[in-house]
Amino acid sequence: MPNRDDTITFEGARRPDRQYIVSTSGIDIAVYEWGAPNADPLLLAHGGSDFAGTFDVFAPLLAAGGWRVIAWDQRGHGDSGRSDLYGWSADLRDLKAVFDHVGHDPVVAVGHSKGGELLCDFTEAHPARIKKFVNLDGLPSRRPAPDIQDHERTQLRREDITTWLDYRRGLHDYNRRPGTLQEIVERRKKMNPRLSDEWLTYIATIGARKDPEGWRWKVDPAIRFGGFGPSRPYWGLYRMAGFSMPFLGVLGMVPEQMGWGTKPEEVMPWLPRHGRLEVLEETGHFVHIERPHRVAELVLEFLAQ
Amino acid sequence: MNTITYLRHLRIQLALHQLRSGSGRNLLILHGLGDSAARLAPPSADVWPGPVFALDFTGHGASSVPRGGGYTCEILLADADIALHHLGEATLLGHGLGGYIALMLAGARPDRVLGTVIADGPGITGGSSGPTSARITPLIENPDRRTPDPIALMELTSDIRPPDYANAFARLALQNSMIEDPITVCVRWQIPWLDAVISEPGVLNGIGLDDALKRYA
Repeated sequence: MPNRDDTITFEGARRPDRQYIVSTSGIDIAVYEWGAPNADPLLLAHGGSDFAGTFDVFAPLLAAGGWRVIAWDQRGHGDSGRSDLYGWSADLRDLKAVFDHVGHDPVVAVGHSKGGELLCDFTEAHPARIKKFVNLDGLPSRRPAPDIQDHERTQLRREDITTWLDYRRGLHDYNRRPGTLQEIVERRKKMNPRLSDEWLTYIATIGARKDPEGWRWKVDPAIRFGGFGPSRPYWGLYRMAGFSMPFLGVLGMVPEQMGWGTKPEEVMPWLPRHGRLEVLEETGHFVHIERPHRVAELVLEFLAQ
Repeated sequence: MNTITYLRHLRIQLALHQLRSGSGRNLLILHGLGDSAARLAPPSADVWPGPVFALDFTGHGASSVPRGGGYTCEILLADADIALHHLGEATLLGHGLGGYIALMLAGARPDRVLGTVIADGPGITGGSSGPTSARITPLIENPDRRTPDPIALMELTSDIRPPDYANAFARLALQNSMIEDPITVCVRWQIPWLDAVISEPGVLNGIGLDDALKRYA
């Protein structure tokens, strides 16, 4: 890892055993593997604004359970190339390129948050390629807001739109703010208020790089949390209802900035026939980062069935 | 005349053409899917007395082509917003896909958009009105970066235009515009997202293109 401070370690965290590039449509996608190269493949998709290095404790646990774990940095994230545009269809194409690189036989797929939603789309488009599917807190539900009048709701949307447009217009001279390692850890802490400083510092040494001005998160500033669009996140739940392969959903129940706040009773009606839901109390949105051992245990137990 | 000013949208260079000079309000023309500004040279807006501009969307005409796709209507909206800010304010004439983008911009910037005309043209329908079966659009190589970018044609023909989404932009324009009757629909095809726009009280419909432009001039 360029610029990575190898002296910073975290108990149980292990960098990938192998790393390579899959090039697709002119973008270099950084791919990482843990575990025996000839073991059965398990693909691991990270969430928005995240990167594969956040699997450094979770992935080795799955690898120790007998799996060849393959993760990648989505375009504009981690060590993958930055793109000119970002969009759902492009992320899906990149995902398929990584799957195609691994092979066309059915595989196990595990996705967190946006990664889980991308996998919902991929699974509906190519059900024969998914052996088993685990979705980690990537199940946004429909959340009507009956207390907001129609007029106010429209005004709320306008603010989202203009904020996003203003951001796009000013973007060409924007760069991520540099800081000390401790400062960028503090920024990530807003997303992960429940993680220890030690764990966050380790994560920062992978997800950020150091230049003469200080540390900066690698994620492309063009990728902005929030925004607006015609798609509804809860369509993933509707797709999930029809999945024919064994399915495990995991929900973290502590509300956090990046989470969906989905309640179990909102998911249960949409669970596929061979589906099961695990609810983790006292756990935030990043279930696999916050409680890697418990979540790996759940996943391995599900895969052993 | 056709002079081009290049504007930046992140890593993309957008070509804003001035097709004609004149006195009075600016007219900004937004082309249809796969089309380009240069092909819209007069007489497309003959009746307009003021300066006439036309923007090449990302991946079209003289604008640059991004690597690896990722096109959405919201990205094109940001293209048009950058052109609008360069001009200050303008009346919009959108053909096809450009008509949908013009509607969105009218809702997003009601203080800068002085009337919007939505006209027939390529890409007027969009891909669907609601969720479709999931699909992965295939990768199409475009090594010479030719326009129109074939990935744009593929991604922007499968976009989703829910009627309530289009309607929300129409409402924003109607509620916040500085002018009367800020939206005029001159499209002859009945399309769910446009029906939702036309259904909003205050949206003008069934007027010829020249007459619609004259009202805003």
